[in-house]
Amino acid sequence: MSSAPLLEVRGLNAWYGESHVLHGVDLDIREGETVTLLGRNGAGKTTTLRAIMGILRRREGVIRLRGKDLLSLPLHKVAQAGIGYVPEERGIFASLNVSENLTLPPTVSDGGMSVEEIYTLFPNLHERRSSQGTKLSGGEQQMLAIARVLRTGAKVILLDEPTEGLAPVIVQRIGDVLVALKKRGMTILLVEQNFRFAKKVADRFYLMEDGRMVNSFPGHELDARMDELHEVLGV
Amino acid sequence: MNTIFGIPTPALYGQILIGLINGSFYAMLSLGLAVIFGLLRVINFAHGAQYMLGAFAAYLLLNWLGINYWLALVLAPLAVGVVAVIIERTMLSRLYGVDHLYGLLLTFGLALILEGAFRYWFGAAGQPYAAPAQLTGAVNLGFMFMPVYRGWVVIASLVICIGTWLLIEKTRLGAYLRAATENATLVQAFGVNVPLLLTLTYGLGAALAALAGVLAAPIYQVSPLMGTNLIIIVFAVVVVGGMGSILGAIVTGYVLGVLEGLTKVFYPEASSIVIFVIMAIVLLVRPAGLFGREE
Repeated sequence: MSSAPLLEVRGLNAWYGESHVLHGVDLDIREGETVTLLGRNGAGKTTTLRAIMGILRRREGVIRLRGKDLLSLPLHKVAQAGIGYVPEERGIFASLNVSENLTLPPTVSDGGMSVEEIYTLFPNLHERRSSQGTKLSGGEQQMLAIARVLRTGAKVILLDEPTEGLAPVIVQRIGDVLVALKKRGMTILLVEQNFRFAKKVADRFYLMEDGRMVNSFPGHELDARMDELHEVLGV
Repeated sequence: MNTIFGIPTPALYGQILIGLINGSFYAMLSLGLAVIFGLLRVINFAHGAQYMLGAFAAYLLLNWLGINYWLALVLAPLAVGVVAVIIERTMLSRLYGVDHLYGLLLTFGLALILEGAFRYWFGAAGQPYAAPAQLTGAVNLGFMFMPVYRGWVVIASLVICIGTWLLIEKTRLGAYLRAATENATLVQAFGVNVPLLLTLTYGLGAALAALAGVLAAPIYQVSPLMGTNLIIIVFAVVVVGGMGSILGAIVTGYVLGVLEGLTKVFYPEASSIVIFVIMAIVLLVRPAGLFGREE
């Protein structure tokens, strides 16, 4: 795995208004990799995803997808370049039914899953396709939020705390889905607090603290580094 | 002669018809306002002026270029829509990041300028605009005579309202619009060109107002102030229906039009304030409006 990174972030600084929240973040994700960002609440994990996506506009540094600059693009062009975003708050639309929510994001390239494939992967969504999006359970909304970006043909998915607040059985289910996506060659940048969940899917970890990358290590070292992580994460 | 509650039935039916006609315009105008407010969060005070522009466009097309009513139904909304798109691109779009009050002030200023300019060019008096020959005369409905043109306006406005509702509720473009009304940033993060969607929505809203203006030209005459008189009532309709609610705007438009007509029959003294009384009651009982979502 010495190929050039698919997604490359160099010296990324970002600001919320006047407050400087990311300080020179570096991050590489190679094609087909699942990379997990760890860190305490407020360490800048969600902010990093929002800055890559371009939702957070005040940024400096380098963000490249397959060598193509993303920093200068307007927000809607970032998705079109091939990045799918699953926000922490899930962002299911109340005025759209499940099927409309699913088909809302425009296709950005070939190779996305068909609606039939998605319904095979998420049978619950098929059953509830005519329900109002926000009438789904939390777990179903999370699955819908993930399913929504699979259709578009995005090459990289930014996944923000997909297991937050969900029952263990649903967490298990979402883990299975991520493993299935990995098998399909999907590249995933995951923000996750749940170690056991992250361990199952992550090839590499990055550790963030106060808007900086403080460490990175391969997935199999997670157990050996538990003490160190507990100290940084305060868990 | 037949009477209901001591009112002669022809007078009653006549006022219901007038109420339906007025309601048709309330519905078409509040519909556009609701669509614009829902997505752009701009209270479009220029809506009455855009309605007036539509009527004047029809009048000028006929008198300067000899272009008839039917073509004006297409060309006037198109022209006003283009003007609105230019206004949105050059002025309104600069105000999305700041307080909603600035959008209101800008459109209010534009309305004053447009109405002032047309009053300067054409005077305050109304210009007559004849209904097309195909729609003159009246039909006997059995219980009353109805002018053909008025029947046409009611049917056309229903078609326009239902068509717009279908566009928003049943199409992909409409799904973008509804989703962006909830969370524009996320919709744009999915790859939808939301700035373009905002521009088109403002253009569409203004074109709807202009279309209503063409339909109104043979009924109310073409006058620079025709929009000013109407727009205050239309704002009340939008508030009663619920800011941003499409269905609310349509239903409330027709219902309040008819209620106003009925008030003219049963208690004429209250007819000019009945809509505002209803608005005050609705605001007290349900501040989000009859069809609005509580935020």
